[in-house]
Amino acid sequence: MLSEQHLQKVEELRKAYPTSKALTLPVLWMLQDQEGYISTQAMEYVAKLLDVSPGHVLGVVTFYTMFHSKQVGRHHLEVCTNVSCMLRGSEKILARLEERLGTKCGTTSTDGKFTISEVECMGSCGTAPMLAMGEEYFENLTEQKIDDLVDSLK
Amino acid sequence: MNSLPVDSQKSSSWEPVILPNIKDFHKIDVYLASGGYKAFRKALAMKPEEVTDEVKRSNLRGRGGACFPTGLKWTFMPKQTTKPKYLAVNGDESEPGTFKDRQIFEFNPHQLIEGTLIACYAMGIATAYIYIRGEYGKWIRMLQRALDDARAYGFIGTRILETDFSNEIYIHKGAGAYICGEESALMNSIEGERGYPRVKPPFPAQNGLWGCPTTINNVETIANVPVILNRGWEWYSKVGAVKHPGPILVGVSGHVNNPGVFEMPTGESLLEIIYKWAGGIPGEKGIKALIPGGSSTMILRGDSLEGVRMDADSLKSAGSSVGTAGMIVMDRDTDLIAVLTRIAKFYYHESCGQCTPCREGTGWLWKLLKRFEENQGRREDIDLLMDVANNIEGNTICALGDAAAWPVQSMVRRFRDEFESRVIGDKAFQKFAV
Repeated sequence: MLSEQHLQKVEELRKAYPTSKALTLPVLWMLQDQEGYISTQAMEYVAKLLDVSPGHVLGVVTFYTMFHSKQVGRHHLEVCTNVSCMLRGSEKILARLEERLGTKCGTTSTDGKFTISEVECMGSCGTAPMLAMGEEYFENLTEQKIDDLVDSLK
Repeated sequence: MNSLPVDSQKSSSWEPVILPNIKDFHKIDVYLASGGYKAFRKALAMKPEEVTDEVKRSNLRGRGGACFPTGLKWTFMPKQTTKPKYLAVNGDESEPGTFKDRQIFEFNPHQLIEGTLIACYAMGIATAYIYIRGEYGKWIRMLQRALDDARAYGFIGTRILETDFSNEIYIHKGAGAYICGEESALMNSIEGERGYPRVKPPFPAQNGLWGCPTTINNVETIANVPVILNRGWEWYSKVGAVKHPGPILVGVSGHVNNPGVFEMPTGESLLEIIYKWAGGIPGEKGIKALIPGGSSTMILRGDSLEGVRMDADSLKSAGSSVGTAGMIVMDRDTDLIAVLTRIAKFYYHESCGQCTPCREGTGWLWKLLKRFEENQGRREDIDLLMDVANNIEGNTICALGDAAAWPVQSMVRRFRDEFESRVIGDKAFQKFAV
């Protein structure tokens, strides 16, 4: 399931930790980067690869909010609504995004292109309000910036 | 309401040592040219216990929230042991209002690496993990690049700089869980488990990662270590507040003109920070409330900030704490009930679910607060909120329960009128319904 390149990385990582269980998070990250989400089959694969129980892998996947056990949209837009962002208008930002994409927060657009989520503090409080798309942070947001971002993605 | 003159000029002549104003400081050549890795060389020429002693005498206290003396923590590590020892550097940085470690990853990664190496040398540790929250993918890559450079220059690996000291530093990427910033949950996360906090004792120095002696230090704490070695403990201990000395990264967010992270000596007045460093409140509105050190710290009234300073003692006597020094400023138009409801939702979402008081209590707090937010609160709900919070506090494995209780307790105590005005059928709410 993992690519040759990723498998090589796994072998390198085994030297970094005294147990193979400790590779659970790094391997799940590789799988998610590769497949977009972590399916039941993928969890069984990880369990075999690391010699841990599938139940352990399922427990980890469901505990951490960044691991997805279902497919998310091609563009995953995560809007912070925690206090610092809230004080600087994240509510408006989220509403604008929902309106422009015709997609409610917590759902994926019917064409599978966009998922909008509300997230907890992303460490961008000095540049609030913000949203993250993948590893990219979009900061000091305004409704105009949301329009520009949506236009660039459509 | 306080109103100091707005002044964009920084109030201090402090020359930054954690986030120096040097172009391309994140590059190893620039870092070396500015005296980088000299502190590490100096440490290698000392005995490990002398290094620990230097840190101990500097009075450096942890920058992750608990303000625990760093040098003292290092002495807890057993000297004679057959087990491997570990250092875990905490860069989970998920406390709402906190965005300082991210600046270190981006602008001064080598000082973090150098501090990690010195800490490992002092405690006889061969392996360090830097735990970084999963959302910081971009910053993880920045730090990884710096680690690769440090290795290429011979600062990481076996027999470093032709000494007997060998060290490996790995980044462990989190995956979205506030609780993993709690040191024992962080260790479980490194071990590949769900981030469940562990019961203490045993403490990490005896029984940490894989049952081995482990020390956990915050990123900013570790970045202070090379400064202590370079300038000496005596210099360091005289910077800022006597009992809580050194430079501190203060993040200011919310209703200010110039939000950001500012490096300053500890002991700076909170009002100076808000009005001089962060440029004051937009529209000169005055401060209604302040969260001084991340959402877990007790909320302060805007009219009680006079004379309060950014150090452990001063904030303690004001009825709060330094926490992560992530200040959230709220102007006079802020709906504090909405803010508190959002904070309660956060803790409800982030509770790991192990302990009943926290798992259930955080949900009850959120539901009760939602009633007030929707003007459906009952008069007895105010005391019920306190009752629930009091029954969470101190009754859980880790401090997340306390962190969920403190904002509620302090808000009810200091802003009771806000709750009373949102009781169902109470006409006083009209003033908010503008």
